[in-house]
Formats: sequence, C-alpha cells, structure tokens
Amino acid sequence: MAKNISFTIKYWKQNGPKDKGHFDTHEMKNVPDDTSFLEMLDMLNEELINEGQEPFVFDHDCREGICGMCSLYINGTPHGKTERGATTCQLYMRKFNDGDVITVEPWRSAGFPVIKDCMVDRSAFDKIIQAGGYTSVRTGQPQDANAILIPKQDADEAMDCATCIGCGACVAACKNGSAMLFVSSKVSQLALLPQGRPEAAKRAKAMVARMDELGFGNCTNTRACEAVCPKCESISNIARLNREFIKAKLND
Amino acid sequence: MSTIDSRIPEGPVAEKWTNYKAHQKLVNPKNKLRLDVIVVGTGLAGASAAASLGEMGFNVLNFCIQDSPRRAHSIAAQGGINAAKNYQNDGDSVYRLFYDTVKGGDYRAREANVYRLAEVSNNIIDQCVAQGVPFAREYGGMLANRSFGGAQVSRTFYAKGQTGQQLLLGAYSALSRMVEAKKVKLYTRYEMEDVVIVDGRARGIIAKNLITGKLERFSANAVVIATGGYGNAYFLSTNAMGCNCTAAVQCYRKGAYFANPSYVQIHPTCIPVHGNNQSKLTLMSESLRNDGRIWVPKKLEDAKKLQSGEIQGSDIPEADRDYYLERRYPAFGNLVPRDVASRAAKERCDKGFGVNNTGLAVFLDFSESIQRLGIDEIRARYGNLFDMYEEITDVNPGELAKTVDGVEYYNPMMIYPAIHYTMGGIWVDYELQTSIKGLFAIGECNFSDHGANRLGASALMQGLADGYFVLPYTIQNYLADQTIWPRLSTDLPEFAEAEKNVDEAIDKLMAIKGKRSVDSIHKELGHIMWEHVGMGRTAEGLKEGLELLKKLRKEFETNLFIPGTKEGLNVELDKAIHLRDFITMGELVAYDALSRNESCGGHFREEYQTEEGEAKRDDENYFYVGCWEYQGSDEVAPTLIKEPLHYEAIKVQTRNYKN
Repeated sequence: MAKNISFTIKYWKQNGPKDKGHFDTHEMKNVPDDTSFLEMLDMLNEELINEGQEPFVFDHDCREGICGMCSLYINGTPHGKTERGATTCQLYMRKFNDGDVITVEPWRSAGFPVIKDCMVDRSAFDKIIQAGGYTSVRTGQPQDANAILIPKQDADEAMDCATCIGCGACVAACKNGSAMLFVSSKVSQLALLPQGRPEAAKRAKAMVARMDELGFGNCTNTRACEAVCPKCESISNIARLNREFIKAKLND
Repeated sequence: MSTIDSRIPEGPVAEKWTNYKAHQKLVNPKNKLRLDVIVVGTGLAGASAAASLGEMGFNVLNFCIQDSPRRAHSIAAQGGINAAKNYQNDGDSVYRLFYDTVKGGDYRAREANVYRLAEVSNNIIDQCVAQGVPFAREYGGMLANRSFGGAQVSRTFYAKGQTGQQLLLGAYSALSRMVEAKKVKLYTRYEMEDVVIVDGRARGIIAKNLITGKLERFSANAVVIATGGYGNAYFLSTNAMGCNCTAAVQCYRKGAYFANPSYVQIHPTCIPVHGNNQSKLTLMSESLRNDGRIWVPKKLEDAKKLQSGEIQGSDIPEADRDYYLERRYPAFGNLVPRDVASRAAKERCDKGFGVNNTGLAVFLDFSESIQRLGIDEIRARYGNLFDMYEEITDVNPGELAKTVDGVEYYNPMMIYPAIHYTMGGIWVDYELQTSIKGLFAIGECNFSDHGANRLGASALMQGLADGYFVLPYTIQNYLADQTIWPRLSTDLPEFAEAEKNVDEAIDKLMAIKGKRSVDSIHKELGHIMWEHVGMGRTAEGLKEGLELLKKLRKEFETNLFIPGTKEGLNVELDKAIHLRDFITMGELVAYDALSRNESCGGHFREEYQTEEGEAKRDDENYFYVGCWEYQGSDEVAPTLIKEPLHYEAIKVQTRNYKN
C-alpha cells in the first residue's frame, strides 16, 4: 500500500544558455510514494500553474526508460540513485523519505548547453552519430538475413552495447565531460558484428574526431559514467574503441 | 458528395505490387536533385522514408518534435517484428502472413495493401540485419523467432524486449548517414502546425520552432506525414507524453479524409492504473504471453479477498484458478489477438473477478514456465520486462512466493487493458497518398493495413514497410509529374495565409486566460473517452459522450489557462494546441463508433455480440472503410463517405480462435 510523504524540492530555473540561473524551492505535501518522480514534477507544475506561475521545464517523453529524453540530475546523481540502472522516469517516490530536501539540476556540461531550466541541447550526440555511427548500406535488396551467421555470443554482446539510449548521463557524470561511453557503445556494437567490420576503424576515428570537435573532454578512466548509465553500458567498450582507434591511426 | 478511388492496381492480389512497380513512373536522377520532399516525423516510418528518399537523390527536409530523431515513440516497441521468412520451417509463407493479418484485422483491411505488406516483410529483416541491428540469434548463428498473438507460427524477430529501439536506431543511423551526406536536413524541436495547399496540392508546411516559438514556412514538392497515432486522446495510454495528432488533424481540417477512427487498439497486458496522478500506462510486452498464463480466481470469494488485500495471488492453488483464455479459446490459448484478450479480461472484471484493490486487473503468471524452463531461461527472455515491472510496482514476478505439495507458486504480474495503438488514421490510397494530392501519410498515422485490429509485431513491420519499401516507390509516381514546376517561394499568399491562421489560433488560446491547466482538462477528456468511447461502446453511451465532448470543448475554449507568452519556449501552449486537436479527434472516434452498428476488432458495440460475448460483424452493411470529411468547422458534424472493400483472395468469415 502506498504511503504519503512530504518534502522540499529545490529545482533549477534558467532562462536560456546565457542566463546565470538559480534554484527555486517548493514544499510538496502528501505525495503518494507510488508516484513516479516525473509524475511528482507534474504535480509541482500543476501547483505552479494554478498559482499563475510558469511551469518548471524538463525533457521527458516515453516515461518507460527507453527514449532517453529524461535527463535530470537528482541529489547529485544523473537520473537519481537506484539499485540498478534506471532513467529519471523509472525513479519512484518510494526511494525518498518524509522531510527530504530533493535537489533537481540539469546535465551540466560544455557539450550540452541549457535551453531552459533543466532542458538541455543534446544535438551534439546526433552529430557524433552522423560522423560514422552506421554501416554504409542503401535501402534495397541486401542478401538474405541468414546468409551471414553470427555466433549468439557476439550478437548478444553487440545487443548489450546497442542498448545505449543516448541520454547523456555519462557526460553529465564525467568530470571531463567526456562522451567516450556513448561513442564506444556505438563503435563496439558495430565492431562486434561482421556487417560493421569493414568500416570499423574508419568509424572509430571519425566519431572520436567529431566528439573532440564538439568540445567533449577525454576519458581518464574514473568510471563515473559506467556507474550512472541507466542501461549499464560497460567501460570495456571504451577499451574496444581505443583498440579500433589505434588500428585506424596505425593505418594512416 | 465526394467519391473514393483507392487506386488499387489490376491483377491477382499476389501480382499487384510487382505489376505496379513495373509500370509506375520513375524520376530520373537529375530531376531527383531538383525535387524537395518534406517528411514530418522520425519514427520507424518517417526516419526510414527520409533516409531512403535521401539515398535516392531527393532533397529531404525532416522534422521532429523531440531533441533528436532517435526519441520517436517507435523506440518503445518491445516485442518484435513479423516477417514471413519461414526460418522455423513451421509452414509460414507470404500468403499465411497476409491471411493472418486480414483475419486478425477482422476482415476490415484492404486485401491489396496487406498482401504488399506481407510481401515486403522479408526485405525489412534483410535490410535491418545489413544495418547491424542485433536481432536475437540461436546458438548456430541463425536468427531466432518467437510467437505473437493471432498466429500459429513463430515469425516474430526480436532484439530482447527492445526491438523497436533497435529497429529505430537502425533507421536513425541510415538517416544520420544521409544528414552527413547533406541529402537530409534535420529540424529537431519543430512541430508541424499546418499543411500549405497551393492549387489543390500540398506544397509545404507551417512549422513552429518550439524553442523560439516562431512560426516558419517550408516549401516542397510533396509532403509526407509520419506523425503516429491519436491514442493520447484517452489521456492515459501507452503512448509517450509527446505523442499527438495535431499534424494529422490539421491535414483532416484541410480536406484529407480521416478513415476508421473508431478502430482503437486496447492492449491486454499493461500495468493497471494505480492513482489519480498517473501520467501514462506502461505496456508489458505481448511476448510475455508466450510463457505467461493469464488467470483470475474461479471463486468469487477468492477475488473479494484479493481485492481487500487479505490474500495474494500465490495463495490461490492451481485448482482454483481460471485460465479463462485457455478455457475459451483452446486453439490459440493465451495467444489470441489483442482485442479478444482485452475484452475477455474486461468480461471477467465486470463479473467481479478482478484481482487488485480497484477490481480492474487480472494475473499474468510465470509459475508453470519457470518450473519447466528454469528462472535463468525465463529471465534471459524477459529479464528487462521483469525489472521494469518491479521498478513500477515493487513486486518481482520472478520471485518464488511459496511451494505447496512440490508445486512452486511465483508472484504473478497484475495486468489490465490500456489504449495502445490506433488502426484508424488519415485515409490513403494504394500509393499512400491522401485525398489531398501531394500529401502522403505513412506508418501508424495512416489507416491502411491493419483493418479493425492490429496483430502484435505488425506495427514495426508496417512502419518500416511504408518507409523503406513502399513510399519511396509510390511517391515517384506522383513526383514524376512535378518536375515541371519550379521550387515554390514561401512568400506566396497561400503560405502567408496559412501562417496567419496558425498565429491567430495561438493568440486565441493565449487570450482565454481562464482558470484550468491543460492537463486537468486533458484528464477529463481521457475520462470521457474511456467511459463512453472505450472498450465496450453503446449507441446511448456514445451519444452521451458526444454531448460531454461538446461541453468539454466549451470549457477548453473559455476556461483554459496558459502561463507565459507565445514567444520563446512554452510547453503549456504546445500542450494546449495538442489538446484542442485531441478533442476534435475524440469526437471523430465517437462519430465513427456511433455510425458503425456492428462489432469488429477494436470496435466493440455491446448491442452487437454473440451469445458467447464474441464480436458480431455485419458484413452486409458495414463492409467498408469509413472515411470522414471535415465540414469547415469543428462545431459541425463531419460527413461519412464509404470506400467499399473488395475481397478476391480471402473468403470473409467469422473470426474463430477457438479451434
């Protein structure tokens, strides 16, 4: 059975990328603890609107942990603290206690400028994928899908890399603002599959170059990204990316 | 009175598509460079179409409302995608996939469209594998399959419980490649507000830049909308929060027919509603019905105890459980189509057998399969779904609750039907062109392939079929005649007029300055839709629903409050625009449901059922596509135009999943 909790919420307000920004505070009373975190923010916004104020702006969409849209930094952790990987929308109020002070901030990184409040611009991720996060096949009539046999283990491993949702928590958690976990997940997925091998080295080089161009930092192996990834992507992907990258450089 | 031409090619059903492609007009490579195509939406249909058109040489302008094309709601599809590969050697074929889809759709789909869909289904799998989509595989390295509702073969390809995600990322990567090649220009965080018509043809759109709030004009030689369904008219649905029908409704207002709006799919396996603050419902994939068994107690007193919380599902012994789908439909068991499974759940709950505190839930139980296959195997198949369920409900369906006489009882999941998908949509002909020339609709946004009910794992198939393999061909048959036209300037009076109308409509919303938030009115709309236009409909209830919707529109127009201004980012304003169009959409669903005096697929009229409670179709009077034509104002009832259906290959009969 759900119980009700009351708490204080401190949320980030910022009117555009150039604004300095500040925290606003609101007292939330009797919130059922089977409410999701984002539903709690809906309640906050309903109260703000009823007071004639503008709502608190944040990104969200599918609310089932797969679209990668939600992106809140809750009490100092991207997506908030849970036992296993989860996105902000999969965080429930039962993880909080009566009397808590809950702090909500945006992803803070040079690569992700703030648009408004906690909504940030992550188009840099699209640009990195555009640099080479694909196999160069045209729509048409490729060979039969079963013509290339792929060992189950390789397919499963590629699938684990492919589950990245592009939310950007890895960048937000990294003290260097590095996008290496994101880049390496895509490079790894395609490097593990025969379809992706022909372009593996070229892809690694192009995506890393684009990442650098866009102002993301380097990886210093602190593993902060891995700890907060809602899809539990492993930093062993980064090692694989480095191998592909070195191969590419050797061929230059 | 307008007439309808579905432009279905001549010849036997199996040869129509081949014949069409052999004789359609093509655009030569030089001319493709001069032609611009607008694609609105970046889900499976939109992204695959934009990528394919770009590869062919057209200039594509691609729009999405999210921050990235990869966020489109196709990403949330869990279970899989159908194809007639017959890799399992279980007797599958293009004909059988075609037949199952037509039957699953309760004989209300167009034969020619469905056959084409089944035909290209195999190309989709080949295409996706070539892109590096990591489908599940067997130990020998071949692709694995599983079963979905409405089929007796295993033809569903999957990537864990994230098939939609993997297919969308495949399409997104193809799209990204074309963005890099400068063949596609992406406009993210833009929303289409209107289609611009010049000389009777769609020649552009008015889109709102959601960050600046500014309206912008875009011109092209053709416009493709791929903006998904209207499930969020019910407020609570499995759709994402941003899913809306504004683009589709605006096309309808401009003269595109809206077909079969009453065909709304209610998915049987969703997590039940728990409270008033709930913002959406979460789907538990249909694939769970491969190994999960659906039941309620046999005894009413057990159900009462479950509702009051005195006992748990695992306390009820095997002998006292009613596996009602297996009982009623022995041939298909737990894998009956979605509409059948949803109604059966409602029937049990209406009779008082519901298993949670609201009485609106049934059990989905894995005890038998965990004992047979082991928890590791079950977790390998559904682990992410079990975790998702536990996150939301705090109950782990893989946890052993008790053992009685050597029989293990695991915690069952609780599920209940919820709005999931809309088979109805913008009317299109065989070429996926709407009743407005130059305006095309693809994916869930059109009405074309699923009839009155969509089978599981067929939405992904249709989205990608339209986007990769159908539209890129058929649109050329139109564009071939457009090469003589120069690029249109967005300074034309038609663009100015359309922009002015959108701007004035926004001013009108901002000026209401009432007392109620968008969400509070949207929730009320959802309540009216679910109660009056939901799973069990009656003529009386629908009439009452239409009255309530009229009142709600009044309330919306006089008592809405949008904070802030129309300049800059204003989330509430955008939601208000969506809500305005959801109300219009809700009325359309009700009008169509009221006019269709039969039960078929997702449309169930309680007056029309057999003694056993099965849907009772009326082929004599309702064997048609119901197309609704806008009459110049939201206040005026739309006019019904009928497109008669013609079946040549399949004999129309009563759907039977019993034997």
